[in-house]
Amino acid sequence: MDFPVLSIITFTPIVAALIMLAMPANRKNEVRAVALASASFALILSAWVYFNYNQTAAGYQFIEKYDWLPALGVSLHFGVDGISAPLVLLTGVVMFTGVLISWGDDNPHVMAGIQDRPREFFAFLFILAWGVFGVFVSLDLFMLIFFYEIAVFPMYLLIVIWGWSVTREYAAMKLTLYLLIGSVIALVGALAMYIVQYQNTGALTFDMLKMESAGFSQSFQIIWFLPVFLGFAVLGGIWPLHNWSPDGHVAAPTAVSMFHAGVLMKLGAFAALRVGIMLLPEGAKYWQWLIMAFAAIAVVYGAYIAFVQMDFKYMVGFSSVSHMGLVMLGFATLNRDGLLGSGLQMFSHGAMTALFFAVVGMIYDRAHTRQIPELGGMSKVMPFAAVGFIIGGLVSMGMPLFSGFVAEFPIFMGVWREHWLVAVVCSISIVITAAYIMRNIRQVFFGDLPEKFQGHITDITFLDKVALTTLCLFMIVIGLFPKFMAPMVQTGVDYVLRLLGGS
Amino acid sequence: MFSSTMFASILPEILLLLLGMVILIVEPFWKEEKRRNVGWLTAGGLIASIFISLAFAQPGEPTSALGGMIRFDWFGFFFKMLFMFAGAMTALLMMDHQRLGARGEAYLLLLASLIGMNLMAVSSDLIMLFLSIETASIPLYVLAGFMLGDDRSTEAGFKYLLFGILATTVMLYGFSLVFGFSGTTNLYQLAEMFRVGAITPLAAFGILALILVGLGFKAAFVPFHFWAPDVYEGAPTPVAGFLSTASKAAGYAVLLRLFLVAFPNPSLSAPWTLTLAIIAALSMVVGNLLALPQTNIKRLLAYSSIAHTGYTLIGVVAFTQLGAASVIFYLAAYILTNLLAFGVAMAFSQATGLENLEDYAGLSRRSPLLGLMMLSAFLSLTGMPPFGGFVAKVVVFAAGIQAGYTWLVIIGVLTSVVGAYYYLNALKFVYLRRMPGEDEASHPIPLSRPYALALVALTIGVILIGTIFAPWFNWADAGALNLF
Amino acid sequence: MNFISAHFLSLILFVPSLVAVVMLFLPKDETKLLRWFAFGASLIPLLLSLSVWFQFKAFAPGFQFQERYDWYEAINSSVHLGVDGLSLTMVLLTTLLTPLAILASFSVAEKVKAYMMLFLFLETGMLGVFMSLDLLVFFVFWEVGLVPMYFLINQWGSANRNYASMKFLIYTMGGSLGLLLAIQLLGVLFGTFDLLALTQRWTSLDPDSTLLGMSVSQVKAIAFWAFVIAFAIKVPVWPFHTWLPDAHTEAPTAGSMILAGVLLKLGAYGFLRLILPLYPFEAKIFAGALAFLATAAIVFGAFASFAQTDFKRLVAYSSVNHMGFVVLGIAAAGLASGTNDATIALDGAVLQMFNHGLSAAGMFFLVGVIYERTHTRNLEEYGGLFPLVPVYGGILIFTSFASLGLPGLNGFISEFLVVRGVWPIFTVYTAISMLGLLFTGAYVLKALKNVLHGPMNEHWAHGEHKLTEINAREILVMTPLMVLILWIGVYPAWILDVINKAMMMLY
Repeated sequence: MDFPVLSIITFTPIVAALIMLAMPANRKNEVRAVALASASFALILSAWVYFNYNQTAAGYQFIEKYDWLPALGVSLHFGVDGISAPLVLLTGVVMFTGVLISWGDDNPHVMAGIQDRPREFFAFLFILAWGVFGVFVSLDLFMLIFFYEIAVFPMYLLIVIWGWSVTREYAAMKLTLYLLIGSVIALVGALAMYIVQYQNTGALTFDMLKMESAGFSQSFQIIWFLPVFLGFAVLGGIWPLHNWSPDGHVAAPTAVSMFHAGVLMKLGAFAALRVGIMLLPEGAKYWQWLIMAFAAIAVVYGAYIAFVQMDFKYMVGFSSVSHMGLVMLGFATLNRDGLLGSGLQMFSHGAMTALFFAVVGMIYDRAHTRQIPELGGMSKVMPFAAVGFIIGGLVSMGMPLFSGFVAEFPIFMGVWREHWLVAVVCSISIVITAAYIMRNIRQVFFGDLPEKFQGHITDITFLDKVALTTLCLFMIVIGLFPKFMAPMVQTGVDYVLRLLGGS
Repeated sequence: MFSSTMFASILPEILLLLLGMVILIVEPFWKEEKRRNVGWLTAGGLIASIFISLAFAQPGEPTSALGGMIRFDWFGFFFKMLFMFAGAMTALLMMDHQRLGARGEAYLLLLASLIGMNLMAVSSDLIMLFLSIETASIPLYVLAGFMLGDDRSTEAGFKYLLFGILATTVMLYGFSLVFGFSGTTNLYQLAEMFRVGAITPLAAFGILALILVGLGFKAAFVPFHFWAPDVYEGAPTPVAGFLSTASKAAGYAVLLRLFLVAFPNPSLSAPWTLTLAIIAALSMVVGNLLALPQTNIKRLLAYSSIAHTGYTLIGVVAFTQLGAASVIFYLAAYILTNLLAFGVAMAFSQATGLENLEDYAGLSRRSPLLGLMMLSAFLSLTGMPPFGGFVAKVVVFAAGIQAGYTWLVIIGVLTSVVGAYYYLNALKFVYLRRMPGEDEASHPIPLSRPYALALVALTIGVILIGTIFAPWFNWADAGALNLF
Repeated sequence: MNFISAHFLSLILFVPSLVAVVMLFLPKDETKLLRWFAFGASLIPLLLSLSVWFQFKAFAPGFQFQERYDWYEAINSSVHLGVDGLSLTMVLLTTLLTPLAILASFSVAEKVKAYMMLFLFLETGMLGVFMSLDLLVFFVFWEVGLVPMYFLINQWGSANRNYASMKFLIYTMGGSLGLLLAIQLLGVLFGTFDLLALTQRWTSLDPDSTLLGMSVSQVKAIAFWAFVIAFAIKVPVWPFHTWLPDAHTEAPTAGSMILAGVLLKLGAYGFLRLILPLYPFEAKIFAGALAFLATAAIVFGAFASFAQTDFKRLVAYSSVNHMGFVVLGIAAAGLASGTNDATIALDGAVLQMFNHGLSAAGMFFLVGVIYERTHTRNLEEYGGLFPLVPVYGGILIFTSFASLGLPGLNGFISEFLVVRGVWPIFTVYTAISMLGLLFTGAYVLKALKNVLHGPMNEHWAHGEHKLTEINAREILVMTPLMVLILWIGVYPAWILDVINKAMMMLY
């Protein structure tokens, strides 16, 4: 309490964004340096929070509370628990690596990374990061939605301005509208909760900790669970509302794809858990079957669609749908194992998919094509990226000793407790994933370098390597030592289970 | 008879009057090329008036003043401050307008209209109300048609005049019926009459419908919105901005006081609020849908302002204190935001003479600052944090849900997504598209000092309302409290 | 020293991986350094496991050298290591074959660093499977071994490697999917993955109760088949064997050695370690089917092998044939668990695993030796090479005979034991598989005839294609194998004792 670390983390990006906007536009490297410095700062602080989180005490920690709009019971109420602390760390990691990747290579033959208006790019990206941090640490429903929306709109600009010129306008608009519809519907639900809790308890407050005991009636929960959960879960890429995600990912510039798939999708999932499941547990139990069905379809269908993609980035995009489906699947189990797995999967998938998009971006920047059949032999020119991608691929396949396994295994255990058929059906995705990951690794990174690429494809930069190493490190450490994260997530899950009535 | 309260209750208007006189006296002495300095004077005077009023004329407990003609309370005071701020900004924005900037009478008309609006916000008597509405409207008819040589401006002036007269007449008819039924014109006495059932609900419904026509015209909600796009497009842009903000808010001020104070009869409210709810829904749907195909930025903003009328109306429909507070808060946020939007449009067309959306291509490269301001304004209109529009929308929606109008709120949120489409689409031109020739660097957009000052002030205001919302909301809430 | 004696198994297990990580920081152009470094490092586990072998008390029941470390507490899984006679034999086989395989790969010239690292990781994966006493960790190592193997085939394999490696991966991953699901099921049911605890609680479940909405017997049947399919693919049991010829044929020489020598044993080990103890009842019911498949593998493997013209493919199919005996022994033990015959059959099966490890690795290596020189594996293109390469010829004949089951060499002992043990249990199947054994002789001799005897193919006698003799390094690879082949053939007691004790105690 003496040191308001969470607000410092949350407001670092926006302060940095304002500083950057105030800098002259042509000082590109200075702008980048400011971005990198503030991202590192945020990363260090979020790591500090992560490692100083007291697991035995559990619950919400590093709590800060300032009245913001007392008349309506809005407060800046920050705190992290075992589920959000890893996500804060993840955001720090992805922000840091995203800046590194976007620094790029301004060699006129390469022009990787962001070379057009980097000042605006980083500023918008950091506004996005501001929103993301805010959602993860907010314990106030109003502020949660406030930050949630902040995380949505910069996306539009980031995609439309720096995205892939072929589809960016379409994709950006589609993405924004999808997410907006989801979030405004969730907003209506949140307001309904706010009003009903006022009627029940007489206290006008958006404080989620108080709302947990607001005594929502069962019928109220059943009515409002779906709008709230699905509204947020749109951003989590839940089937059948996932359609924006692959298009959006493909059109976005590399760092934005990383951020988006790596962190933003977790934002949706996290908010769906925090607001949907934790505040409306009875509704969650009532609709469990539906969420589970959606998630199961996402898992298998996403994997299959990824399998048939010829565009490298689309493949990664659909694989995200599949993997986020696993997160939702874990949520839908509403039991200890499933939720634990989901918590881990959020982190694991975040790091993994950020890495995927980073590598895809590096290749596209240099080869100017993402068509898998046209690529080949990349390990000869960028061996480091190849190794990184392979590690990411192994995580994605759920290979043991990598974080993906540590996350997926409990999810499946949780699903077994609920329904065996779902577990069996979803497990098919593991084989499909292995097939497309391995096929693409082989096609893109091995074999002969096509003639048209020979000579002018350069290796990735040093900063790129730092970014890839950072991401890989987390995936391996968690895979080898689940202790690094599992017990912490466990404390958060126990809290959720208490709200669910100790099931 | 005379008391300090009485003086305080009309201190802002007195100050405005004094300011007008000063302008009248000073203006002829200024040379033609320096005459635009009247704008500085007006703006400065208005801001000074705001501070003086805040210092000396803050209302305490609500009281009647001037023999029951006006009500001296926070509700009116807050609106007055808003109007005057909007007036100051409009004055700044007028300064570099080719046809308005150097004309002292334009500023004078603005002040006259402001006096009318201020009185609208505090009127507690139908006679006073009608007079203030006319005081506010007539200068605006003139301002809308101010550019005599310009066909569109003339058309706008006439259209506004004709629609206005028609609507006011209908409203006046409603007022006369009220007097006929009740024998009083004082709103607070009227409320008492309703409470004892002196007026049958059916008659009250009819009266309200007639009055609604007049106010609906002012606030531009469906189906009384037809004038808005044409007038906004044709009128000088600063005037259009003023019309779409302060003038609209004045309509709402009357609407709130009239409906919440004078007609609180519960037997009346059910069909009445339903009517209002339907109007709100129609405004949101029609405004947003018609905004979609617009290519002219002023027409786009016109339709979007119709849509925003609908959102504001949700708070009125709620018929609660939270609802009233949300309306006031929404209007505050909306005034700043829309003035900013019009201001950007003005600054742009001042420099380029263009006002179609596609002309905005490359704006962020030509002037990053202007681009960011437009971004702030449009995102605030969309209802995105950290800008004022977000909090305003949330509060309005909360009020709607509290009153049980969930369906209306759902229409509201869905249409706001439609809104997001065209706002973001406009931003796409600003940020993504390039000018023909891609030579933005040699086509910068200069911002004169009044523009820069006004726009920066508005941008900061929009962000302040969106981030540190407690003080503004508390004022709005205090104002709302006076109505109950 | 204390540290070493307290952590024997974990040292054996993790030294290869640690070394591989260290290698990451070695310069990648120093191929010689990399090779010797990897080879030297792979000797450490060998020495340690020999030391374990000598300290191992064959008569003591249960698992020895147990170690336990917390791993994934949240779901109650820990790294629990331990060996008994069965796993120790396999550990020894693995630690023996790995240095030999590395030595055999000194001829690999491309991407040496990556190659050696993968090999060392592979060793950890295989050893982990044999040592784990925790079902989840078992699965972890089971899967982990796949990846290096995939890349070994895919990166250093021959022409058709892409197809073969993908097939290998998909087959085995598809197979292990059932295993994964079944392990999850067990974990959910019992809240622990510890093998010892699981075995006890699983077998003592009340058969009339219901689990997850199914009756216990249904659950068990499902889990049983999930396990069986996973292991059957790995062994491979006919008809799940089709990945094997492709993978073996396309893999680099050392890869094939490890594939045939150790990886196939993982499947058989799974049968012995998990299926028989966990599902004695199901094993009894389905033993007949398993025996049928095993017989089919023996017979069809032999036929298929005989039909090959590709030398390596021929050897690959011979693995199907030989592993069939292992499965046959296991099936018999499943049906008649606890009887003397069953124990004999199991002894034979485990010894066969070890023996096949030696001879198959040797055979693949010898195929590799000649392929490196001639760049063909087509049997038609050889012919009468014996006079050109007499030493090679001698070694090849020796190893082939071990594979064929010549008395006096190791193959005979184990196959005899299997047949002896199974005969009273599955008489008909045994009789049929004897027919397969006949064909084993036929294909081995066919290979020998085509390569070494008959009219000499002059192409290899002169000029640039002149066949060179097997070199010292290659002989060094073969020596330990041949010594063991002969030793077990003549005096099997030293190893059979350990196996026999383990089998008696286990079942």
